[in-house]
Amino acid sequence: MWAYATRRMMLLPVTLFIITITVFGLMRIVPGDVVDLIMVQMTSSESRSREEIIDRATIEHALGLDRPFLVQYGDWMGGIFTHFDFGESLLSGQPVSEMILERLPVTLELSLMTVVLSFLISIPIGIYSAIRQDTLGDYAGRVFAIGMMSIPNYWVATLIIVYPSVYLGWSVQMEYVHLWVDPLKNLQILAIPALMGGIMSTGMTVRLLRTVMLEVMREDYVRTAWAKGLSERTVVLRHAMRNAMLPVVTMFGGVLAGLFGGSVIIENIFNIPGMGRLSLQALVQRDYPIIAALNFIFSILVVVSNLVVDLSYAWLDPRVQYK
Amino acid sequence: MVRVAEPKKRNAMVHFLVRLVKEKPLGTVGAIIVVALLFCGIFADFLAPYPMSEIHLKDRLQPPSVNYALGTDHLGRDILSQIIYGARVSMIIGLSATALTTVLANLIGGLSALLGGKFDLIVQRFVDAWMCIPGLLILLTVMAIVGRGLLQLILVMGIMGAFGPSRMMRSAVLAIRQNVYVEAARAVGCSTWRLFWRHILPNVMYMIIVGFSTSVGGIIMQEASLSFLGFGVPPGTPSWGAMLSQEGRKYMELVPALSLWPGLVLSIVIFGCNMFGDALRDLLDPRLRGGLGRYTTTKAAEKQKKLRGRWWA
Repeated sequence: MWAYATRRMMLLPVTLFIITITVFGLMRIVPGDVVDLIMVQMTSSESRSREEIIDRATIEHALGLDRPFLVQYGDWMGGIFTHFDFGESLLSGQPVSEMILERLPVTLELSLMTVVLSFLISIPIGIYSAIRQDTLGDYAGRVFAIGMMSIPNYWVATLIIVYPSVYLGWSVQMEYVHLWVDPLKNLQILAIPALMGGIMSTGMTVRLLRTVMLEVMREDYVRTAWAKGLSERTVVLRHAMRNAMLPVVTMFGGVLAGLFGGSVIIENIFNIPGMGRLSLQALVQRDYPIIAALNFIFSILVVVSNLVVDLSYAWLDPRVQYK
Repeated sequence: MVRVAEPKKRNAMVHFLVRLVKEKPLGTVGAIIVVALLFCGIFADFLAPYPMSEIHLKDRLQPPSVNYALGTDHLGRDILSQIIYGARVSMIIGLSATALTTVLANLIGGLSALLGGKFDLIVQRFVDAWMCIPGLLILLTVMAIVGRGLLQLILVMGIMGAFGPSRMMRSAVLAIRQNVYVEAARAVGCSTWRLFWRHILPNVMYMIIVGFSTSVGGIIMQEASLSFLGFGVPPGTPSWGAMLSQEGRKYMELVPALSLWPGLVLSIVIFGCNMFGDALRDLLDPRLRGGLGRYTTTKAAEKQKKLRGRWWA
């Protein structure tokens, strides 16, 4: 197993290289860059005399943007591997690693809550739908699942924000409170965004769990359990569900990795200071170091979580072997 | 002389539709929704009461009335007309982007699996890497260079969306490649292209059809999300996602219905596409053939239901 893991990890640098070079290159091609934004900021914020207005070339030189592309790339990658320095934001000068560290716990917390809530809702429905196949309950479960997959989560979020404020006078809290400041308030604030973020994955999980459960319930060991006279509850929960969980866990690994990338839409709507909001802001403002750093972290997270999920399969199911 | 009974001739298409209606009521509903979308899209000019994006500034933010069936938005555009024209935009983007995705996914996945070896390895590395790149970034880049437009949106969504299905296609073709007839074809000198076209493709056709119908829902959802963020269709083009976007939020608090209708229609359309795709898969998947597509026989299921004594579960 370790040989397999090592071989997979050896491909990580190649993939990482391709991704980072492409992202780096693309950001440089896009016209209308951050230097223009800086100049607009400078000329509009304070009044300066003619001689003091710094021209474009000086800004570029100060930010290191006039060096050849490969030099900039090498410098950036070197900084990461020697002392985890992702550079500074071109707009605000704040070190990128600082900005990311500020926002990472928030996104992590939101992602975990989303996955947990999604789990709690989808698993009972999925199992029920499978053990009562083709009944009304099953149809309701399947319609629920596909409905969840079809509803855009930003629409439901918008409805939840707009309608209660118009008709009930109650509005969703927009000021974020950190976990260590006030845990209860923090969980309250994150509850609705977490539910919204998990809508699609809830639907997918119900469908997946139903399919897998249906297969598992026809296996020989389940038939043995029935024959032994065990109650339905025992057969389903102790014998069938355990084996059905494997693909679900696999899927959740992927979902979690995607959520880490930042639930951009949800964080934007609910004003949560996480990595998703940061990435959207940075994309619009063409702040290269932030975008490159976020992409770097995201790529590593995706590749590593894929690998962890694959390996956990071998651990959870003794029949799976790795060459 | 013994007369051999002839099998009843039947039209495949009609038989398929009969099966759809009889066995999959939800799928039929989905099919009806899809047909309704296509109808609205094609005949939008005749169905919509007002021309596309026509502004009536003195009638801004009106509630539903005789003149404006669903009310007006903050620029005075009739919401019903916007929704109907939005259907056309969604239909065009959905169908063309999905067509592009399907063709590309088949080519990449299929050829990668057929040719195998080094070609396969390199292509798969590229697919892996490309899948990690955020589509939003590519879209922004393309839009910055070429400007915003429907064509750019379709191209980018089509190309970026092709890498996921290409893996499924690759595994399916790998499985088909094990068959003896592929080997036999090679032995008589079949070229790769002919092999792909005449032997492999018919066997994955059901997967392609099902994948197509399911992807349409996803593409419509994606386009709506992009328009919601402000990066999708060019401003001024009616789009359900754009109608829900953040800039309109302050007006939504005055007239909540602005947020209700576009989202509702979007949900119904995507739901219909997904249901139809599901029903299609249930009907076309060869593994579920030779039965009624159920895991237990009908008689046993009926008996169990009766024994349990409840009608709802």
